[in-house]
Amino acid sequence: MSYDEKTNEQMDAIIARYPRSRSAIMPMLHLVQSRDGFVTPTGIEFVSEKLGLTTAEVYAVATFYSQYKRKPVGEYHVGVCTNTLCAVMGGDAIFAGLKDHLGVGNDEVTSDGKISVEHIECNAACDYAPVIMVNWEFFDNQTVESAKTLVDDLRSGKNPAPTRGANKVSTFKETSELLAGFNDGHAEEGVQAGPATLLGLKIAKEMGA
Amino acid sequence: MSKLTPVLSAHWDDKDSFTIAGYSRHGGYSSLKKALAMEPDAVIQVVKDSGLRGRGGAGFPTGTKWGFIPQGDNREHYFVVNADESEPGTCKDTPLLMANPHVLIEGIIIGSYAIRANHAFIYIRGEVSHVVRRLLQAIDDTYKAGFLGKNILGTGFNLELTLHIGAGAYICGEETALLDSLEGFRGQPRLRPPFPAIAGLYARPTVVNNVESVASVPAIIEKGAEWFNSMGTEKSKGFTLYSLSGHVKNPGQFEAPLGITLRELLDLAGGIRNGNKLKFWTPGGSSTPIFTDEHLDTPLDYESVSAAGSMLGTKALQIFDETTCILRAVLRWTEFYKHESCGKCTPCREGTWWLVQMLGNLENGVGTEEDLAKLLDICENIGGRSFCALADGAIAPIISSLKYFRDDYLAHFKNGGCPIDPVASTLFETSKAGA
Repeated sequence: MSYDEKTNEQMDAIIARYPRSRSAIMPMLHLVQSRDGFVTPTGIEFVSEKLGLTTAEVYAVATFYSQYKRKPVGEYHVGVCTNTLCAVMGGDAIFAGLKDHLGVGNDEVTSDGKISVEHIECNAACDYAPVIMVNWEFFDNQTVESAKTLVDDLRSGKNPAPTRGANKVSTFKETSELLAGFNDGHAEEGVQAGPATLLGLKIAKEMGA
Repeated sequence: MSKLTPVLSAHWDDKDSFTIAGYSRHGGYSSLKKALAMEPDAVIQVVKDSGLRGRGGAGFPTGTKWGFIPQGDNREHYFVVNADESEPGTCKDTPLLMANPHVLIEGIIIGSYAIRANHAFIYIRGEVSHVVRRLLQAIDDTYKAGFLGKNILGTGFNLELTLHIGAGAYICGEETALLDSLEGFRGQPRLRPPFPAIAGLYARPTVVNNVESVASVPAIIEKGAEWFNSMGTEKSKGFTLYSLSGHVKNPGQFEAPLGITLRELLDLAGGIRNGNKLKFWTPGGSSTPIFTDEHLDTPLDYESVSAAGSMLGTKALQIFDETTCILRAVLRWTEFYKHESCGKCTPCREGTWWLVQMLGNLENGVGTEEDLAKLLDICENIGGRSFCALADGAIAPIISSLKYFRDDYLAHFKNGGCPIDPVASTLFETSKAGA
């Protein structure tokens, strides 16, 4: 029940961010996922020991939030938005198409461990609907066909660039380290804004605002 | 009135708008210098005078909120930004932070100085990797520039800024659930009072503000309260981001004075796709009662939207045309609220579960008119009976859709299922039509 020295130091660095140590629990759980691929019992025990909490207290938090996984996910975790607007615009068809194409159900992983699929709630990109997130990077304006190509490319190692994101998609573990609050140095990559974000500004400039 | 007013979005078309160099090129961090030369109370007064109201949905005056923080109490104060943007339809803070994280950081430093806080937090949802990167980098660069940390600009003011990254929970956008989550607990709302201004983070006086509210502050400090309140309507001052999504020809972000109408915005967005007819829309996310084409000329400010029976919310204008089944839309939103109910209050936890069962049956054509009465009865027994407004949001689409589209519900019973082909409502259908 232990992690390497680097992980230990990162855990301490997380705790040092907060006036009270218990606040560190969420980023620490993201860091556990970056090492183990999901929230493992080992990770729970480690966090509870570090913070002086019971494992039950840590489990209570780990089971509340949907990004903490209780079993391994794919190297590329694919979230299809099926909240109302994306669903209506094609998210339902995309989700059905992907499950069929990959031969997996919701929250299941392909046998090669590469891809898992999950239907997700609104991801704050409605002006780019229908939206797919791969390891929480934006793939905007998707269709059933583009979604199938996307997962095929991810499986074959082509690693397509997100529409608005870094130059390539990080793995689930790498992403989890980012979500633990550790800058991965890719902030300068990708566009500053997509076309829908800039639409009002463009029109305002044309109107001479 | 219909003219757009890009302020927050003014430089988003610069390729490096998200960097400290890009932000500084357009006067970034000069408002901070101006604010730090003022008395903290004077900064609060400017924000009060501007009439800025919270852009996260409730519309509470920002300066008044800052003024509630007790001063001289010898306790720590905290400044917390709610960047947990998750309300269905809401998509303004995420692109804002991707394009310009520094305007938020500058607003945070000014706000923290005003309320005399030495530690600030940004609570961002965990499902936006690239925005997290941009914020982490921006915070690093701001420390290096000397605008964060000890003795900022030699004024003796100290401020630490921590990015707290969530892990998937809509409820954490509710400010007291957010605070519980930030303290390391399950994100569940607290009973109020006490309000966060008295007992917030770690039971200390705390301001919780939406991203867009805080990001509006640097421009107000720079150009003055009068400049800001010369825009907008009598009680809804200034400019704001309106987010158009769904069945419009050109969806996107439009920054305009409060009080613009959907008709004016639709003109700018090229109208409904394929020349279709508008069926229903949300003025401010799924928790705000739906509107129809009757409301095209309702000024989109806090008072007018409220007078017309809904709420301005987050100005998330989700547009649905005649190809959309209202019942399918409402059922999906209800499933969302059921999934996101934190489970603390029984009416919400159990009620949203029952609503999903009933609406699912109705969508499949199983039901009678009596069931519609029962549905409304359940809604009435859920509304206003929980610690937070999640359940109130859950019943808003149901009650409002029954008001405007009762016949559509009935058509499901007559038809023995949904009479509308879901394919017609997709984006792919639009591309096939070559629109």
